[in-house]
Amino acid sequence: MARISMRVDGMKVTDDVEPRTLLVQYLREGLGKTGTVIGCDTSNCGACTVHLDGDSVKSCNVLAVQADGCEVTTIEGLADTVEGDLHPVQEAFRECHGLQCGFCTPGMIMQSVDLLKRNPQPSEDEIREGIEGNLCRCTGYHNIVRAVQYASGHLATAANPRGATEEVDAL
Amino acid sequence: MTAVEARPEQTNEIGRDRRRKEDARLITGRTRWTDNINLPGMLHLAMVRSPFAHARITNIDTSAAADAEGVVTVLAAKDFDETLGVCINAWPITPNQKAPAHPPIATDRVTFAGEIVAVVAARSAAAARDAAEMVEVDYEELPAVVSLEEAVKDEVLAHPDLGTNKSALWVFDSAQAGTGGNVDEAIATARNDGIVIERTYRQQRLIPAFMEPRSVVCDPTGEQITVWSATQIPHILRFAFAATTGVPESKIRVIAPDVGGGFGGKLQQTPEEMIVFAMARRLGKPVKYTETRSESLLSAHHGRDQIQKLTLSATKDGQVTGLKVELDANLGAYVAIVGGGVPVLGAFMFNAIYKFPAYQFNCQTVFTNTTWTDAYRGAGRPEATYAVERLMDELAAEVGVDPLEIREKNWIKHEEFPFTTVAGLTYDSGNYEAATAKAKELFGYDELRAEQQQRRASNDPVQLGIGVSTFTEMCGLAPSRVLGSLDYGAGGWEHAQVRMTPTGKVEVITGASAHGQGHETAFSQIVADRLGVPFEDVEVLHGDTQIAAKGYDTYGSRSLVVGGEALVRAADKVLEKAKPIAAHLLEASVEDLEFTGGRWTVRGTDQGLAIGELATAVFAAHNLPDGVEANLDSEATFDPEAFSFPHGTHLCAMEVDTETGQVKMRKYVCCDDIGNIINPLIVAGQVHGGLVQGIAQALWEDAVYDDAGTLVAGSFVDYLLPTAADTISFEIDHTTSPSTTNTLGTKGVGEAGTIASTPAVVNAVVDALRPLGVNDVTMPCTPERVWRAINESSAGGETTGAAAAHFDPSTGMSGNVDRTEGDVQ
Repeated sequence: MARISMRVDGMKVTDDVEPRTLLVQYLREGLGKTGTVIGCDTSNCGACTVHLDGDSVKSCNVLAVQADGCEVTTIEGLADTVEGDLHPVQEAFRECHGLQCGFCTPGMIMQSVDLLKRNPQPSEDEIREGIEGNLCRCTGYHNIVRAVQYASGHLATAANPRGATEEVDAL
Repeated sequence: MTAVEARPEQTNEIGRDRRRKEDARLITGRTRWTDNINLPGMLHLAMVRSPFAHARITNIDTSAAADAEGVVTVLAAKDFDETLGVCINAWPITPNQKAPAHPPIATDRVTFAGEIVAVVAARSAAAARDAAEMVEVDYEELPAVVSLEEAVKDEVLAHPDLGTNKSALWVFDSAQAGTGGNVDEAIATARNDGIVIERTYRQQRLIPAFMEPRSVVCDPTGEQITVWSATQIPHILRFAFAATTGVPESKIRVIAPDVGGGFGGKLQQTPEEMIVFAMARRLGKPVKYTETRSESLLSAHHGRDQIQKLTLSATKDGQVTGLKVELDANLGAYVAIVGGGVPVLGAFMFNAIYKFPAYQFNCQTVFTNTTWTDAYRGAGRPEATYAVERLMDELAAEVGVDPLEIREKNWIKHEEFPFTTVAGLTYDSGNYEAATAKAKELFGYDELRAEQQQRRASNDPVQLGIGVSTFTEMCGLAPSRVLGSLDYGAGGWEHAQVRMTPTGKVEVITGASAHGQGHETAFSQIVADRLGVPFEDVEVLHGDTQIAAKGYDTYGSRSLVVGGEALVRAADKVLEKAKPIAAHLLEASVEDLEFTGGRWTVRGTDQGLAIGELATAVFAAHNLPDGVEANLDSEATFDPEAFSFPHGTHLCAMEVDTETGQVKMRKYVCCDDIGNIINPLIVAGQVHGGLVQGIAQALWEDAVYDDAGTLVAGSFVDYLLPTAADTISFEIDHTTSPSTTNTLGTKGVGEAGTIASTPAVVNAVVDALRPLGVNDVTMPCTPERVWRAINESSAGGETTGAAAAHFDPSTGMSGNVDRTEGDVQ
């Protein structure tokens, strides 16, 4: 067993884990962060995408021990959902019908947030390239691309708040 | 309840692009997938699966696994009695269909790679999986038959005891049925003085590949046995448990919680579900099994896998005179729950939107030592649509006219509806001219044809192809009488209940069980309009047999067409029950009441009562008319009289690099007539997703087996699901001719995109290459196949050989567990 400490969605945690434990297994089974899901076993689908120290990673491709000392953000910590707040990218997915069954959605949203952090005004091709590590079987990606475009527009409005009506968390 | 924004009076919910109710939990991770469920004392299962396609099990040694840390027990088939149940086939397509018994755990023989031979129960999923590796199974390999082409020869048998690989031959002949002429005569006539097109098309094997792997939890504690399963069919699953294990239905509760996609792939009673049920009962503890993706690709049912031999006869000017279909359909190792019925569903669709005077359909279902096949999005109809739409392009090329012209010459004209087809179905409504005109305009058809001519004239290495698909499908599965006439073992009605709560909210219970389609939103819209209550006040409950006690679940584009109509009827019954009570409370005569905008008013007065107020009054029951029960809740069961027939025109432009074989989608436009639309946002999503699944069949997906029966495409590394970078944005539009089979005028949209798009794409690829002498490219149209088609004047051939190279001894893979020494080539 190896002792690890990290901060997950704002909460400090320390646990003993088997060294082979994947980060996604630790999140789901150890911490009950079941919003993050497992869709494959070859790191192809991206359903388990979370942020590790602010960057998106496929949490099936990271050992829990590798996240020792890190800050992890999952879909559950992206916005203060208890208060009913949504992250602009979450809101965009709802607004643009960027999800159907919703299984890929946590990973897709986390990857899109990372994409927009790196490239706030992506072209359609850049969006498609930017989320190609995340598989969706329902939407055909059309409305996911629209959602990222929508979020990009709203984040730009928020950054340049002339006429902006809502506060948006800085990315 | 949060405050509802002020809404203008009398805004219809039907037709609004409501954002989905479901999304609030799905975008925040507040989801209940089956694998999320953890119960006190829960044990975890892992399956031991056969690496061989066909082998005798000579010994199973479980001792080392049973002794491993945290392992509770390791069991094989011999350790179970008949309470394990069996996997059922609900649709024996002929009275003499051959079907081997399908035990959830193989007894003495495995019949496909991936079949379960033993099960481990342990404290954790990891411990179970570790121990599963320690179970030692001795196999004596038997000859395996893998391909459909080999299986029909009956030389190597998938089930030697059956004496043949042939399960059933299902025939429809229009001359015999009295729905049309004799197809052999039509073909003979055309051979003398007309056109005969003969083609063989391959419908490759596909994997539904829903994003949520299947998971089952069973809790045997308490009086009822509760099962949670990632299934499309909780009601049918409960029936199957009861029918095959001896546990009464009243003791079984099946819940489909949040389910992450299905596409037909979760329309199954699985061995894993039966094993979890049995293990929970045996151990007296909650039990969970969640498959890995590899297990899912290997053992969850596959789709398609047909060889279509087609003969189309026509006059010299392109009027079709007959179509003969000889179909071999690969069942895999067992007849699945709908199994052989899937290709039979296609029998009614090969004639599509056309007025064919003679038609014959012959379907031979065949066993192989591969994963069993069953419904995948479209189920029989994509295969039929592909065949006929490819043939119509071939006919156009033969006659020398535009593919749309040959279609128009043969299709049913809008003034000819209702129209009874050569397959015996009556199409109630449609307008192929209107959908085609709209699609052409949106596409810029004439401009793209002009560009194609330029590229051809200039010998551009990148050629442009334009593909057409004018499809129709049958939706709203299904009229129970029709199902009965086809020997299907169940019905096709749907059930709904509308309950008024004391505070005036509405609970809607539906037997249709959604797994991503957006029923909660669309059904709320329907009921909100019907009862005149706010959209937000309607709660849709489904997917739990203890709440939604009756139903036939979700598949075959049936939820709205059948389930939606049941909902309308249940809501209307609420209003019928409420009316005399409203009259009593308003001290008016029933004849003087009007119901608008959720209120009863007395004509000529300002007196009125909202339905919510009435619900509260009925709850208190202080002042009801004599003899009237204190209950507004109502239910309805709707059994459709007929199918509905969505149709549409899909146009696809493909750029084909003739030097490399690479293909690139340039533009995709579709105009679908799906009748009246409840929620255009949800409809668009269904169309987009459907398109990509159909396009993926045309270009990428292929569940390839090697010669030994090992699934080469056994992970997402090898089974090529498209990504965002592989696909483009689509332009979609609609024409509307309402269906007459239900009062909402809806037709169903869940499968349309998948059914229509595959031939549109392949027609475009072939269209680009036709001047080079190419008239077919086998699916999926990989660059290699396209290149070979150009350079070798063939359809590109099989990829099986290339796939098998993974296991070539020269690659150092001879020690691979999937192969024995003697079997390596």
